[in-house]
Amino acid sequence: MSDMVRLIEPLIPALRRYARALLRNPTDADDLVQDCLERAIGRWHQRRADGDVRTWLYAILHNLAVSQMRQRARRGTSMPVEDAPEAVLAVAPNQHEGLLQRDLTAALDALPDEQRGVLLLVSVEGLSYAEAAQVLAIPIGTVMSRLARARDRMIQLMDGERAAAPAGRPLLRRVK
Amino acid sequence: MTVRPITEDDIQALIDDRLEAARRAEVEAYLARHPDLSQRVERMRGLGDALRDAFAPVAAEPVPARLTLAHLVEARRRPRLPAWQAAAAAVLLALGGIGGWGLRGTLSAPMTGVDALAQEASANYAVYAPDRLRPVELAASSSDELARWFSARLDRRVGVPDLSGSGYRLMGGRLVATPHGPAGLLMYDDARGTRLVMLMRPMAQPGDAPMREHRTGSATGYAWAQDGLGYGLVGASDPAVLHPLANEIRRTTATNT
Repeated sequence: MSDMVRLIEPLIPALRRYARALLRNPTDADDLVQDCLERAIGRWHQRRADGDVRTWLYAILHNLAVSQMRQRARRGTSMPVEDAPEAVLAVAPNQHEGLLQRDLTAALDALPDEQRGVLLLVSVEGLSYAEAAQVLAIPIGTVMSRLARARDRMIQLMDGERAAAPAGRPLLRRVK
Repeated sequence: MTVRPITEDDIQALIDDRLEAARRAEVEAYLARHPDLSQRVERMRGLGDALRDAFAPVAAEPVPARLTLAHLVEARRRPRLPAWQAAAAAVLLALGGIGGWGLRGTLSAPMTGVDALAQEASANYAVYAPDRLRPVELAASSSDELARWFSARLDRRVGVPDLSGSGYRLMGGRLVATPHGPAGLLMYDDARGTRLVMLMRPMAQPGDAPMREHRTGSATGYAWAQDGLGYGLVGASDPAVLHPLANEIRRTTATNT
């Protein structure tokens, strides 16, 4: 029990970060983390004793996120950015820096789901390729190829966004 | 000197700083000769930095109270008495107040915990153990599949105990219904065809419950809970055989989890 708290608690900020990067809406993301933690508490004894708690938690979170994103895709509901309260956006778009980040997050949202997960787990969460493979239940080779494709696609998307933006118009208008 | 061909994996691993020093030097030497690729690597590195910067503030935020483990554990611990049970308790109290205390036997809540499990195990033993045509649904040859099936339906990892050391061979198993949800039923037999069953299902209460003996007709059973999973072993064998068997199962499942 105290073992559980000691091992899980320090990982919560990172789990929130991954959930936010995947879902973008802070409330949805925290709901997801809460689901994840409830499951982790409920299944603590089922965890493989030799397994790594961090990858185990990311795997639970990731699987919950995937099923939620599938549901969203089925329902086809999404909030237009123009209607979103400022707090919902991961980053406040108030400066040049903000514009670049809006490009970045828009490109991230445009990535295929399976590429987004790999890119975030490796780049942002700092998981090793083997750990990412474990979280996503895919071979390491697949992690590597998805990672390469995700990075190329991100750069393409961001270049495309900027190249296609008419000069002098604020970029954030173009963000969908 | 021949250098192993530089692959896309090397490029990605260089970006993520996951190459060994020697290989890293080789890849960097290669990049020095290929400016286009070198530029792509720089963009990808920049992308990683930008992503980390974009989401770093989230991890720096204070964790909302609802996500602290203490709160979540506390919420789980709160007893979740079903509404009808609460209502029944209220009725009992009211009746007690007006002298209807004698009714408590008929209105008392049904068996719970290990006692309920023991009852379910006996009922399933009575139905399936005498069955000559189809005592099990999935044969022992698919014991991995059985374990997967049970684990999926019971929503936790469930193993299939091996009793061959005690002379009991696994026949197979099936999923059965109980008032407390699905349970996994395993059936074993010995060289003389004496059958015994073991029922496993999650308990409402987490943790362990001590082993209890119970008898129904000619069958004897032992029921206990371990880590929130209930086990009920029932058979017509002598308690002198069954009891040590139950103890052995409890010991092996404890080391497995």
